[in-house]
Amino acid sequence: MDPECSRLLPALCAALADPRQPLADDTCLEKLLDWFKTVTEAESSLLLLQENPALVELLSHVLKSQDMSSRVLSFSLRLAGTFAAQEDCFLYLQGELLLGLFGEGGPQCWAAWSVPTVRSGWIQGLRSLAQHPCALHFLADSGAVDTIFSLQGDPSLFVASAASQLLVHTLALSMQAGATGCSGLWDGVWPACAQKIMGHLEESLQSTAAPQVTQALNVLTSTFGRCHSPWTETLWGQLCPLVARLLERTPIPAAHSLVDLLLSVARSPALSSSHGRLWEAVAQALRCLSPMQAGSLALGMLKLPHCPQALRVQAFGVLLQPLACVVKATAQAPGPPGCSMWPPGWLDGAEGSSLTVDTLLSSKSACVGILCQTLAQLEELQPLPQRPAPWPQEPLLGAAVTILRLCHGSATSSSSGGGRLCATLAGCVRVQRAALDFLGTLSQETRSQELEKEVFAVLSEYLGSPDSSPTVLKKAFQTTLRWLLSSPRTPGCPDLGPQPLLFLRELFPVLQKRLCSPSWEVRDSVLEFLTQLSRHWGGQADFRRALLASEVPTLTQQLLQDPESYVRASAVAAAGQLSSRGLQAAPDSPEHPQAQQGLLGELLCILSTDSEGFPRRAVVQVFTEWLRDGHADVARDTEWFIATVLQVVSQDLDWEVRVQGLELAQVFLVQRLGQPRCPYMVALPEAASATPIPEVLQSLCRLRLFDFAFRALLDCDRPVAQKACELLLFLKDKTAMCGGLQEAGDIPGSASGQVTLQRWRAGEQGQLPGDLQPEAMLALLRSTDLEGLQARLAQSSDHMEKSPQSLLQDMLATVGVLGENEADCY
Amino acid sequence: MKLYCLSGHPTLPCNVLKFKSTTIMLDCGLDVTSTLNFLPLPLVQSPRLSNLPGWSLKDGNAFLDKELKECSGHVFVDSVPEFCLPETELIDLSTVDVILISNYHCMMALPYITEHTGFTGTVYATEPTVQIGRLLMEELVNFIERVPKAQSASLWKNKGIQRLLPSPLKDAVGVSTWRGCYTMQEVNSALSKIQLVGYSQKIELFGAVQVTPLSSGYALGSSNWIIQSHYEKVSYVSGSSLLTTHPQPMDQASLKNSDVLILTGLTQIPTANPDGMVGEFCSNLALTVRNGGNVLVPCYPSGVIYDLLECLYQYIDSAGLSSVPFYFISPVANSSLEFSQIFAEWLCHNKQSKVYLPEPPFPHAELIQTNKLKHYPSIHGDFSNDFRQPCVVFTGHPSLRFGDVVHFMELWGKSSLNTVIFTEPDFSYLEALAPYQPLAMKCIYCPIDTRLNFIQVSKLLKEAQPLHVVCPEQYTQPPPTQSHRMDLMIDCQPPAMSYRRAEVLALPFKRRYEKIEIMPELADSLVPMEIKPGISLATVSAVLHTKDNKHVLQPPPRPAQPPGKKRKRVSEDIPDCKVLKPLLSGSIPVEQFVQTLEKHGFSDIKVEDTAKGHIVLLQEAETLIQIEEDSTHIICDNDEMLRVRLRDLVLKFLQKF
Repeated sequence: MDPECSRLLPALCAALADPRQPLADDTCLEKLLDWFKTVTEAESSLLLLQENPALVELLSHVLKSQDMSSRVLSFSLRLAGTFAAQEDCFLYLQGELLLGLFGEGGPQCWAAWSVPTVRSGWIQGLRSLAQHPCALHFLADSGAVDTIFSLQGDPSLFVASAASQLLVHTLALSMQAGATGCSGLWDGVWPACAQKIMGHLEESLQSTAAPQVTQALNVLTSTFGRCHSPWTETLWGQLCPLVARLLERTPIPAAHSLVDLLLSVARSPALSSSHGRLWEAVAQALRCLSPMQAGSLALGMLKLPHCPQALRVQAFGVLLQPLACVVKATAQAPGPPGCSMWPPGWLDGAEGSSLTVDTLLSSKSACVGILCQTLAQLEELQPLPQRPAPWPQEPLLGAAVTILRLCHGSATSSSSGGGRLCATLAGCVRVQRAALDFLGTLSQETRSQELEKEVFAVLSEYLGSPDSSPTVLKKAFQTTLRWLLSSPRTPGCPDLGPQPLLFLRELFPVLQKRLCSPSWEVRDSVLEFLTQLSRHWGGQADFRRALLASEVPTLTQQLLQDPESYVRASAVAAAGQLSSRGLQAAPDSPEHPQAQQGLLGELLCILSTDSEGFPRRAVVQVFTEWLRDGHADVARDTEWFIATVLQVVSQDLDWEVRVQGLELAQVFLVQRLGQPRCPYMVALPEAASATPIPEVLQSLCRLRLFDFAFRALLDCDRPVAQKACELLLFLKDKTAMCGGLQEAGDIPGSASGQVTLQRWRAGEQGQLPGDLQPEAMLALLRSTDLEGLQARLAQSSDHMEKSPQSLLQDMLATVGVLGENEADCY
Repeated sequence: MKLYCLSGHPTLPCNVLKFKSTTIMLDCGLDVTSTLNFLPLPLVQSPRLSNLPGWSLKDGNAFLDKELKECSGHVFVDSVPEFCLPETELIDLSTVDVILISNYHCMMALPYITEHTGFTGTVYATEPTVQIGRLLMEELVNFIERVPKAQSASLWKNKGIQRLLPSPLKDAVGVSTWRGCYTMQEVNSALSKIQLVGYSQKIELFGAVQVTPLSSGYALGSSNWIIQSHYEKVSYVSGSSLLTTHPQPMDQASLKNSDVLILTGLTQIPTANPDGMVGEFCSNLALTVRNGGNVLVPCYPSGVIYDLLECLYQYIDSAGLSSVPFYFISPVANSSLEFSQIFAEWLCHNKQSKVYLPEPPFPHAELIQTNKLKHYPSIHGDFSNDFRQPCVVFTGHPSLRFGDVVHFMELWGKSSLNTVIFTEPDFSYLEALAPYQPLAMKCIYCPIDTRLNFIQVSKLLKEAQPLHVVCPEQYTQPPPTQSHRMDLMIDCQPPAMSYRRAEVLALPFKRRYEKIEIMPELADSLVPMEIKPGISLATVSAVLHTKDNKHVLQPPPRPAQPPGKKRKRVSEDIPDCKVLKPLLSGSIPVEQFVQTLEKHGFSDIKVEDTAKGHIVLLQEAETLIQIEEDSTHIICDNDEMLRVRLRDLVLKFLQKF
């Protein structure tokens, strides 16, 4: 330990032991404990205690008087555990101290035991301590195990959970100790401590009280999740019949925890040979559990690579069941194409079917819950390589479309079940969102033209319906985009397929209307959608025709003046994208005088005058993209463009705008100086297009880019300084070979540059000398320790205050206040 | 209790409730959809309308060509528009004691009832209902009277001829009872019979029932009504809304525990969400105006228009429409806009609190101040000077058959730049547009109906828990166009009773109790006897005095005077008060009774159990005693002595008082 810390420790321990002393804040003790953990990991705890007797004094003091705050009590228990984790230190502390702190007559008799923090500290202390066989004996002899059992049912969830975890840890430690006894392998005899825990678990599993069953199941779930030694197989063999018996009870107790346990066992690599009984239990659970709980189990099983085929079929059946029920309830006899083609075998297990139907029709919340869960689970399953094959793409698409129609009220059904579903789901936003997400996922698969038509039809309904809520509409746009992008194209033809084209033609009038919506969320979603759409399809002739025939470009440009800043930002992005693709509104529209000055002018106006950050950030992003893509307006006079933008950006109060501005500058530099050098790249001759460096430097001085970058380097917002540093390093790297090795001080102007930098650092205004020559800039660049600055900036902002000394000093300073006050009183 | 259903229109109801000897008319709606069969009344001579070809029968017979005109395949009556009145034959309307009005849309038939049926009762309504109702009637009369039409068609109404006409004229119901519009004089006379009431005010009707208006949340001053006696409660829910718009919120709590809940005036467009429709309205309006087109909004002069103007107030700046003029044209436009601002106590809390700032509750005041909204009584006069296009015009009537809207339809119908946006849900927009076909202007249908939808109704019924629900038959099945939507109907237990026009419904509800008052001196004289812990009985001898539906028990007159000359006369006046036999209570324990019989010398006794009690057979005496829960019979053969002996033995087991 640091001698300075050692010096401060006695005072701190004394302060902690004094109940009258206030503590700085809650986090201090946590930080202190973390520090002790680091220290004990690096050096011997025993030595530490011997060198710092104040620590043992503190612990002894806790034993003698417990009138200190519960936080300090909890801290002391955890601290003792941390030290006792090392066997020699454990032996050193053993006897009165450890027994007093963790034994039967210990904290449980304290008044403070009623405070959850103290109980939690006791458990965590034990958890740290339980690392060696001596600790195991201690646990067994001190009666701690029984206390842990009782703490499993603690009213504080944190305490109860920690107790369960400690039990898992103790069981594992005990088995480990038993194994290391002779050959290092477990010899089949349960050590006493493990036997005790096993007995407790068996008893709990047979209990009629659901909370006790839940506790046992949770302990087992964690055990199988963490321990993969051979003994876990025996453990499962012993407990499996008890678990199976739980499934025979009605109602099944702790069903959720039971599912977790089965999944944990199934995932355990140590149980490969006893999976037979597990699969039986899982199959039984899939049959008996409610559709909601069975769904989670089914998904977990389907994700397993080694799940037997029969079980996979059963599990997939469980997942498909709710959708199949919906389709069946709404199908007109005979079923529409694609809706009755569930893969043979998947839905054969009819056991769950009536249960699912009952759940679906029982209440709105049950119906919504199960449908949302099923849709989310199938969505999760779809991209996995181990998903069931053949994947029933068409029936699933049919089901998603049917659900969306039910929610929209446009599905027809003659059956009473269908009518009930229709009544339950009509206008249900949650199901709509889940179904749209799922539909989006299904776009990645192949599909028939007929179904694609159905999908686009239902998406059209949603996009056009005045009843679609803004959140549903946003999802509908996202799904539409996924379907449009994945739509199969005619081979050899880059254009849109017939179906999407038809859809797009109908879409633009809808977008037009939506752009005028009084709801800003809607306007925003449309603009985002439009940006994406033109990014992907902007080059397609059909798309361009359809877009330009509509008023969408004009309306987009008008929304640059929207009262809502998010909308303005999205409008900036959309208008920028349209302009990049040559799809902007006709400029000669007399109604909009701003159109006369061109989009560039309008965006510059937003950048310099908009009161909100979002639109300004969007403008710089668009400019960066324009610069990258060589937009005509930018290419006309790039230098003027860069100089103007950087000048505006440098004044901006929003740090993100300034970072974006630096990004723009970097793109400009890369275009002028070439890509940054990669250390692993074979050196290629410099691209012919790259401008000679002295000329570039001249232009950078003219554009005041150095000014901008150096000022940003001293920015009080770290990301800005980091970005500026990156940019200047790139420049430094590129100019390394340029010019002589003149010292900075020798170059005219560079000295004043240094002075200006100093003044900026001191927070003063002012500019770099305007007539600064490239040489002076170069010298300034070289003389500044950019690498050092980058390293400093990479550190977190509190690195200065993070040292243990400062922690101890802070804590002492807080308690010191009390002392001074006392002195004043006298 | 009976309900007479005089109107078939679920949102323009007119029902009569007979309850406890009172006859109460619930609403007085006028079905104006009949006017859709008539040609529009243009304000300015329309060559197009006047040159429409006459209609002739298939065989070429053209005797109806003066009365019926054809336009784009539809046939219209060329006459002053007529309205379909509530049934007047089902019940003698002169016997109606009171009329309760729930909102201003549901009182439009009032002059027909109060002025032409011998009605002598009182009408109850809230102040805003009366004032805005008056405006609506005034507007209607004005629209019809300012374009007098010489021709009045009646030939087509002949039953034999009507059969030959094409639909929908062929299927129109009760055309012979259709009437032209009333006059302003009749309106004034009808309105003079109205007594103003406030929410939660209790109004006694003849001491028999009490009626109370409750806020229904639909329109300014709109009310539901509670009609109750001491032991019965009938709720009348008509045109209610749970949405947060301008009126005071709906009072749901007071509807709880009704015996009967009569439910009318639900939303006419259950699938359209008003919020979505307002969005649709704004978007389409903005799109049209941006393209240089005009927007026409056919509407009533009060109601949804206030909310639309408020919505536009927030929207126009953001949509860049600040320079577009908004015109509101109605003979009552000014009054409507001003009335809305003065009924603060009838408004929602938000708007009420504005009054204390002080600010006008509705933002249309600011629109008027800044000249963004201008209002005119008609298209003539100032309006023609100020008229600037593109613009947005709000004007009536939503049926497109009369009013200034006819002029704008003729003016703007030919250009596809213009748009007509239907926001009122009362008329089928396709039928409304039929006489204007072919039409180039765009038509948008955004019906905004804030009245209860079926989900809200089902929640309301769950909370209010009425014993019986009564509603128009249209609400007990899904709409014909969406027969699969089982959610678009009332779903309650027991199933709702439905009614249709001209039907009389006996409500499944029996009155069981009546409250009777007892005079203090009589109460003093009672001597209660506890027969069970907590239950005491006393016999009362009194005279029941009933007047004005109030029942009072008064002490009986003093014992009759000694017989004299006038005895006979006295006995005629007062009821015969002979001494009554004591009342008995208790039950007879059979075993103990048998033992008592044996003690008194009866032998050979047999007891048989029957379904209702026991039979004790005294075989020797050939006598039978039937003991049942509420009666005992002694059957013996002409042996009165024995009967009396047995009777006295039975009486020993019973309590007398």
